[in-house]
Amino acid sequence: MPSTIVTLKLNGTERELIARPSTTLLSALRDTFGLTGAKRGCAQGGCGSCTVLLDGRPAVSCLIPVVTVDGCAVETVEGLADGDRLDDVQQAFVDHFATQCGFCTPGMIMSATALLNREPAPTRQDVTEAICGNVCRCTGYEPIVTAVLSAAESRRDGAAEGRHDSAAERRHDGAGERHRDAAAPLSGKAAG
Amino acid sequence: MGRLTPIDTTYFKDERAGDFTVIGSAVQRSDARGHVTGRTLFFEDLTPPGLTHVKIHRSTRHHARIDRVDVSGALEVPGVLRVITHEDVPNNWYVVLRLIGVGPDDEPVLAEDRVLYRGEPIVAVVAETEEAAREGAARVVVDYTDLPAVLDVEAALADGAPIIKQAGTNHFVYEGHPCRRIRFGDVERGFAEADRIIEGRYSSSPIEHAPVEPTGCIVVPQGDGRLRIHSNTQAAFFTLDNTALILGVPPTSLRVVGGTVGGGFGGKVDVIVEPLACLAAMLTGRPAKYVYSRAEEMQVSSTRAAEHIHIKDGVMDDGRIVARQVTLYVDAGAYSRHSPYGTTKAAAHMPGPYTIPNVHVDCYCVYTNRTPSSAMRGFGVTIGDFALESHMDHVARELGMDPLRLRLKNAYRDGDMKAHRKIASGTALVEVIQSAADLVGHDLPPEYRAMSSAERPEG
Amino acid sequence: MAIRQGRGYAAVNYPTGMNLGGDPSQALVHATTMGGFVVTLSSVDLGQGLRTVVAQCAAETLGVPLENVIVDTADTDTGPHCMGTFASRGTHRVGNAVIMAAREAREVLLRVAADELEVDAEDLETDGTGFVRLKGAPEKKIHVSEVALAAHFRQGRTISGRGIFLKEPSTPVPETGEMDPDSCQAHACTVAEVEVDDETGVIEVLRLYNTYEVGRALNPAIATQQVEGGAWMGLSHALFESTEPYYPHSREHGPLDFAAYLMPGPADLPEQTSVFLERPAGNGPFGAKGIGEMTANAPIPAIANAVFDAVGVRLTSMPFTPEKVLRGLDELRAGRAG
Repeated sequence: MPSTIVTLKLNGTERELIARPSTTLLSALRDTFGLTGAKRGCAQGGCGSCTVLLDGRPAVSCLIPVVTVDGCAVETVEGLADGDRLDDVQQAFVDHFATQCGFCTPGMIMSATALLNREPAPTRQDVTEAICGNVCRCTGYEPIVTAVLSAAESRRDGAAEGRHDSAAERRHDGAGERHRDAAAPLSGKAAG
Repeated sequence: MGRLTPIDTTYFKDERAGDFTVIGSAVQRSDARGHVTGRTLFFEDLTPPGLTHVKIHRSTRHHARIDRVDVSGALEVPGVLRVITHEDVPNNWYVVLRLIGVGPDDEPVLAEDRVLYRGEPIVAVVAETEEAAREGAARVVVDYTDLPAVLDVEAALADGAPIIKQAGTNHFVYEGHPCRRIRFGDVERGFAEADRIIEGRYSSSPIEHAPVEPTGCIVVPQGDGRLRIHSNTQAAFFTLDNTALILGVPPTSLRVVGGTVGGGFGGKVDVIVEPLACLAAMLTGRPAKYVYSRAEEMQVSSTRAAEHIHIKDGVMDDGRIVARQVTLYVDAGAYSRHSPYGTTKAAAHMPGPYTIPNVHVDCYCVYTNRTPSSAMRGFGVTIGDFALESHMDHVARELGMDPLRLRLKNAYRDGDMKAHRKIASGTALVEVIQSAADLVGHDLPPEYRAMSSAERPEG
Repeated sequence: MAIRQGRGYAAVNYPTGMNLGGDPSQALVHATTMGGFVVTLSSVDLGQGLRTVVAQCAAETLGVPLENVIVDTADTDTGPHCMGTFASRGTHRVGNAVIMAAREAREVLLRVAADELEVDAEDLETDGTGFVRLKGAPEKKIHVSEVALAAHFRQGRTISGRGIFLKEPSTPVPETGEMDPDSCQAHACTVAEVEVDDETGVIEVLRLYNTYEVGRALNPAIATQQVEGGAWMGLSHALFESTEPYYPHSREHGPLDFAAYLMPGPADLPEQTSVFLERPAGNGPFGAKGIGEMTANAPIPAIANAVFDAVGVRLTSMPFTPEKVLRGLDELRAGRAG
């Protein structure tokens, strides 16, 4: 079968690629567009680390031939932050220490984002169902669940006060970014 | 703010005193921002131009002689650039731990005249695309003569078991002994003096590390002729030095760049992917990627060893354990990797965090025709702790004694001589038990409440 | 048929490092022109937070703000040798090497500052905010960026330090097993509370209570990540994980994917309550012990013992599948009947 031209609305921008029938959406993102945030953990649809939003719904991009999503909107983790300003979900993952090795994190954040876009006030069960296709081997999931619930809360607070990005703004003092591998203390010593 | 586990400062109050600025602070992780934005670069996020792909044809047999290998079908696949067999590997035999003097070299990079486990690599195929490499690997034809396979540690050591290792025994040899031994006191005298003997047998299945990021590397030839290895290894110099030895090149011709790993848990300590990826890059003059598929990560990456553990305790009616004999079998699978080391670690860990005057430990590192095991989070100890602490509960039940009091009575303290003849210091078993009892409202009598790791109660 | 509850206990210790072949790690520290401090390593961060924790060790030792510290790892061209990340050794070995390197760099820092201030280096101290100041006269001070510039462009000195931690190799005595294989021991006690369905054999872990003695929690949030994630892995090992097909059971290596290799998901989590104790190790960086591996260990037997408490079945083989629980219950009933 011949290659075809596929158009995607990728993180808000129209992009084209030439794709073979076997080219997956994950491969298009990573190999053609250089968006490596979506990870290839299994290429079997079983780990969720390649999760992106396809027309707003979470999808495991490793299983989707890109020719079948011609014309669709695709959102990846790279599209979430506004410049250096993290969105609520990203910020909550940082604040709640919900990342360890970080490999599952982009997929986890996209699954959480899909949930919060559809359900601004999720229950704990909503969260566990939303991320149940995302495997994490490091954290034991609890900090991730906490982060998603907290992100939902800060989004609601932001919406209620009519300043959606306020939480991120408030926290973005840049302290952790001055040096590549260092960050400022967020708090004093642990409770003794 | 992340949840913080509280520190109970009422324990070891004087010892833990200290005046720190940033130590003890819940500083944010320096890598978190990269993780949540997708900017953290894992090795596979590198896409050098001209990248080739390595896939492996693997053994379909547990134990077999290789009669013939036909790679012609692979070479006919469009896009296949090279096949690599054991003849292309300069120094095909290795053991990762030779860097610290462990031998013999018992594992081939690519199988020669026999395979010892299902999934053992036989031929590597280098191709323009992953699909072509996979197709090429599938087209390799291997003729086998099956040999009797051993899939159980105790069967492997039984009289008449087929010997599967070239060294002549189905177990690692520790300075002339078939097992790593601990001999402390006189266990037979201890059993004779004991009020009762309490035995238990425990076992486990192999466990996968299952990191979400598969094991792999990308090797990029440099302008100066060196190879830059982008790897998710857990040990950069282990990888560098072993790869150099296998390839027969000076270590200065290689450079390992890593340090960002999508979960390791011990699974990325074996040097498996880098030598073949380097060879592919050397033979083609192009960058090469060798990364496990998920099926390979599940099937052929090292496991946490299956273990069999027998415990025999001599116990007094008041709860004192006066003798403990442990026989432990580590299933190394087909090759040594880190298992001889882990087996010694298992021996040193016995008889657990208890002071027992008579201890006799035999830990066997046993070869079988199973997927090789190697390091995994807590190796040598995790399964041992399952056995030891299940057995402690068993002993407590047999005696009708509170399980925490049994442990407190036998807990090791500062100054005690451990079975491997090291004086214990900095112990805190007593205190973690006391604290955990508090967490669940488990009542401890005053004399147990007053116990301390710093001193042993009289009598 | 009923849902039965039980409680089980387990207490463990865990060795930090393993030096049967020598167990070294090295670190280099140097100041950049404007007073950044680069810690150069070849050590690997697997997600346990090593980069962050060693930056804390360097900042504490140098006496400069954490923001001034950069950690550069793991490149074998630039970073000195590290044995690797395993055996609960990273924080302990690398932390110690970084402290040693940072001490040496700090000495130079103070000597350069002393020349700039025209005082004795012994009379100087760092204030942790970026200044070197005269003890007892804090108004007499100089910023580390000024010190670094002076070192580079006026004094011609490198503000740098080298560190290594090596616990010398121990060779076991073949006959007795006498050896000194590790540096210190961390400790943990887990209490597990479970529910067992005696009709299906399914075990549900309701709560895990854990006390961990960690020497020193260098970063309590990251230490919390280690213990929570580790306890989850212990639970996962206990109840689910095996390469052997469940049914029909065999020694074949079964799973090919995450669908067949079972692990608990986010809906299967017990409530975890944890406490740290700190008994600093004399040889640990600020007293820290290695805890990364230990945290998975105590939950496994604690769960097995809780199952015994609940239904009287002694589970002696991992994982604790429903089939094993049911077979144990059958044996109990047969024993009672017989």
